Amino acid sequence: MSNYEFVRTDMLPQQEPPSDTVGVIGWLRANLFSSFYNTALSITVLFLLGSVLMNAVPWVFLGIWNADSLSHCREIFASQYSDGREYACWAVVRDRWDQIIFGYSFGNLEEGLFWRPVFALLFVFVAITPILFPSTPRTLYLATFATLFIYPWLIWGGSLSSYLSIAVLIVAAGYVYQILSKYMISLFSIGLMLVFLILGLWLLNAPISALIHLILPFELQSIPSREISGFVLSITIGIVAIVASLPLAILLALGRQSDLFIVKKLSTLFIELIRGVPLITLIFVATVLLKYFLPKSVNLDPVLSVMILVTLFTAAYIAEVIRGGLAALPSGQKEAADSLGLNYWQAQRLIILPQALKISIPGIVSNFISVLKDTTLVSIVALNDPLGIATAVRSHTDWNGIVWELYAFIALIFWLMCFSMSRYSMYLERKLRTDHH
Amino acid sequence: MSKNGAPWQENFKFSMLLYDARYRGLTIQISVLIAFLLAFFWLANNVVQNLADLGKPIEFGFLGDVAGYDINQILIDYTAQSSHGRATLVGLLNTLLVAFSGCVAATILGVIGGVLRLSNNWLVSRLVAGYVEIFRNIPVLLWIFVCMFTFTALAPSPREFRGADPEASMLFMDSVALTNRGIYIPEPLFSRPLGNIDLGIFFVSIELLLILACLIGGWLFVRKNNARALQIQNDTGERPATFLVNLAAMALPTIIILIALGFHIGKPELKGFNFKGGINMSAPFIGLWLGLTLYTTTYIIEAVRSGIQAVSKGQTEAALALGMRPGRIMSLVVLPQAMRIIIPQLISQYLNLTKNSSLAVAIGYMDLVSTLGGITLNQTGREMEAILLLMAIYLSISLTISVVMNWYNNRMKLVER
Amino acid sequence: MSQNQERKVDRSKMQVGDEVAIQLTNMNKWYGEFHVLRDINLTVNKGERIVIAGPSGSGKSTMIRCINRLEEHQKGQIVVDGIELTNDLKNIDKVRSEVGMCFQHFNLFPHLTILENCILAPTWVRKTPRKEAIDTAMHFLEKVKIPDQAHKYPGQLSGGQQQRVAIARSLCMKPRIMLFDEPTSALDPEMIKEVLDTMIELAEEGMTMICVTHEMGFARQVANRVIFMADGQIVEQNEPEEFFNNPKSERTQQFLSQILGH
Ligand SMILES: Nc1ncnc2c1ncn2[C@@H]1O[C@H](COP(=O)(O)OP(=O)(O)O)[C@@H](O)[C@H]1O
Ligand SMILES: [Mg+2]
Repeated sequence: MSNYEFVRTDMLPQQEPPSDTVGVIGWLRANLFSSFYNTALSITVLFLLGSVLMNAVPWVFLGIWNADSLSHCREIFASQYSDGREYACWAVVRDRWDQIIFGYSFGNLEEGLFWRPVFALLFVFVAITPILFPSTPRTLYLATFATLFIYPWLIWGGSLSSYLSIAVLIVAAGYVYQILSKYMISLFSIGLMLVFLILGLWLLNAPISALIHLILPFELQSIPSREISGFVLSITIGIVAIVASLPLAILLALGRQSDLFIVKKLSTLFIELIRGVPLITLIFVATVLLKYFLPKSVNLDPVLSVMILVTLFTAAYIAEVIRGGLAALPSGQKEAADSLGLNYWQAQRLIILPQALKISIPGIVSNFISVLKDTTLVSIVALNDPLGIATAVRSHTDWNGIVWELYAFIALIFWLMCFSMSRYSMYLERKLRTDHH
Repeated sequence: MSKNGAPWQENFKFSMLLYDARYRGLTIQISVLIAFLLAFFWLANNVVQNLADLGKPIEFGFLGDVAGYDINQILIDYTAQSSHGRATLVGLLNTLLVAFSGCVAATILGVIGGVLRLSNNWLVSRLVAGYVEIFRNIPVLLWIFVCMFTFTALAPSPREFRGADPEASMLFMDSVALTNRGIYIPEPLFSRPLGNIDLGIFFVSIELLLILACLIGGWLFVRKNNARALQIQNDTGERPATFLVNLAAMALPTIIILIALGFHIGKPELKGFNFKGGINMSAPFIGLWLGLTLYTTTYIIEAVRSGIQAVSKGQTEAALALGMRPGRIMSLVVLPQAMRIIIPQLISQYLNLTKNSSLAVAIGYMDLVSTLGGITLNQTGREMEAILLLMAIYLSISLTISVVMNWYNNRMKLVER
Repeated sequence: MSQNQERKVDRSKMQVGDEVAIQLTNMNKWYGEFHVLRDINLTVNKGERIVIAGPSGSGKSTMIRCINRLEEHQKGQIVVDGIELTNDLKNIDKVRSEVGMCFQHFNLFPHLTILENCILAPTWVRKTPRKEAIDTAMHFLEKVKIPDQAHKYPGQLSGGQQQRVAIARSLCMKPRIMLFDEPTSALDPEMIKEVLDTMIELAEEGMTMICVTHEMGFARQVANRVIFMADGQIVEQNEPEEFFNNPKSERTQQFLSQILGH
């Protein structure tokens, strides 16, 4: 018999690991105290963290919510706590939270206009469900389309019919395109469709609007753009920029990927020009220069001008995201579409773009986060975004001297929005990666 | 089908412009170009029309006019009597200063943070992750405000340094004064100065040039010394210690020059209501610098982390199995691979930081936007020229950075295949 | 499965010595609560060629990775070349430079040329002069039959070539023991043979080897014993002939019938 022979007769069962490698102790040993260097690091960090928290926690939690002004807060600190220290004066948040969130136009509780931005946001959530959850019924896309008109109506007010007539014209333009595209190449039918749309908006808008008004005579108190403020302004600029920039971004991305020299160069030029300058200079263009670029008869208010330029800005960035999505598609997709006899636009619309856009969603979400954060720049040109309102509050006699409480509140809201969206985009990215395998 | 390949011998039909693969691309391109030119001329025409109506044709002559305003932080000579052009240059230098300082600080903090983020110490890694999540999900402008206002609210005013028993005192042996107007740090002075060289636009001090020359010389020596060390390592296997010699080569000549020139530091001193002497880092500069740094650091941490994590674990394991030590594995195996991912991201963050430095205008730091796009614009009323110039300058900065990036990417493509 | 033209293996230098190269005594390892390796006892003498087989997830990789401390064991003893593996970094370094390892996915350094891959560790760990290191590297590259690729990058080589470079890279450290973790399982069939031939040559020179592999032809020709693992334990162990022709345990029989396709 060979001297190596060994046969196990009874299999060993699972055993408990040594007690110092599992449970709380094992975890601590592995993650905090695995070596001398690690232990020193842990202790230093614990100490630093402790000393910061020792100061911050009382400041936050012993703060005052019930006061009329900063000086009132200070009186309360003096009478309530004998240590002579100052704590947070959250009363300013209690006093002004409605302004910061809903702005001056909707922010007045007595006027009872709160519901408008709230509903507008709810509509947005409904609108994005079919995009976020592909399993929901396709008919929800109708809600998405409707939201394109209901959101502005709820924010800007006025007669519902004037928004619906635009919707009607867009649908009509879609039909025009479908009919035309049977007779000519797509690019020209798109061009003619645009001509139809512009002429329609110019000539037919008023009569159609009046007609719709007869059936749906809904009217909301109209709010001029320059009065939209607070987080409603930030979110509105963000949403308008993303939604309005998408079509342009898709065209730019296709243009930059195309084989046509001039188209490619023009798209690249636009994208690089916009990406090469800081957003603030574009906002200056909006508030200072835009009026020179347009005929005298056009009168844009600053909020609309800013929206236009932020849209162009966003389009350049999203175009790059979509271009990444296009580049990531295997070339076989294009070849397969060609071999089926689809023309360029059919191939893009039916095969390429649906896939490329799906890959691009995480990037678009990240861009939305950036745009949302960047909307704070409008405070520099004296629009009342949350930071603009904070400046106004800080210069009010009651709250003169307040710093962190206001900014902490604004920061918290921004953080909640941006963090949740960035988590969502990371989740999507992971999901896309696993879907592909 | 063309029978003999000569396109024009076929009957050319007008519809071929659309339905012949040879002409269709051309047709489309020309249509797009015409549409673009129409739009462009329409816009340009509007501008010319509108400006003519206001009686201000586009011209850049205003840059030569007297600016008439003061700038509180100047890197080159400037007075209210200088021209708008010079004010613009001062603003540009201030932009570059804060962008450069921000990039340096963010890179240092970002690399440290990225390494700590990957540390196997749970507490440290979670703490860094928390920092990243908090700072990058809140607008940078808000951080700039918070840094600026925290600084001015917490730092003592110069008044508190006065009197026999002052409430505030200077730091680091009375050499640094931290006040809410800014931080005053010692300035280098020379008792045997050599004067300046006039470069036309600004002066450069000869001392600075000398010190620079010493540093460059030292650096050349260090390179040579390292090459020698490598040679010895190649020949004998043992790498001689180079650190001390290199340190001496970098430091000694500079120190000698400094002594020869009579180098001493000028401490800031309280004179009247404010500090005089020393270098003043103004409160807006500090707020902007801190805000930009803290925000951009988060992106650099993520770049470093993702770069290092992108190098597969197998690489480290293979190096470990060959008996290499963790430090060497990092420098010889992991980092060279991670750098390809990290550096492009790093450069694009530098670009972002530079663009974000334009937020200076919100807290009154006199950068390019505050000078050219702010006071100069308001005083001269030359909106079109000022803003176009502003955009052109930023664009050229961005393009320079992209050129560097492309050069790096192409070089990386060449190596390795 | 088996090679068409099996080359004759020269067994003259394949001698098992008395000296103990590796000794595992009651070695246990857990991943969290999961007991991966259970009471492993194994003594490997100098010059032995051991093949380890077993179903996926049975702990084969983990066991050989413990031998050069890519993984830490929690209970029991591992002694390599007379050095016990503890937390002592010096011992770990010594063991790692004595033990070479080849991975399933080669793990060549993609940013270095083939030659640079081979001389990296000798120059930095062994402190060999560069010229000498290059000579050694070229010697081993010739041995694995790719000297003319020395200045290419790993990405430019086929899988089989890459794995042979990986073997050469380990050999450049002049190890006394070689560990192979499924060196051929990521390769296309036509490349398996070239790698196996390289390994056979190594065995013919008397190298102590532990191979995790399912190449049974290789095991029959080269190994002096085969170990079958399942559920983190050694289930059966025998000389190849006995092991394949007359497996004792039911698990082994089951496993063999699956991989040999009976
Ligand atoms: N890093 C790890 N953490 C947790 N479990 C692991 C890890 N590595 C391996 N395992 C588990 O240990 C078991 C043995 O793995 P391995 O040694 O790779 O098996 P083999 O090489 O035999 O296929 C498997 O069940 C695997 O899931
Ligand atoms: Mg395995």
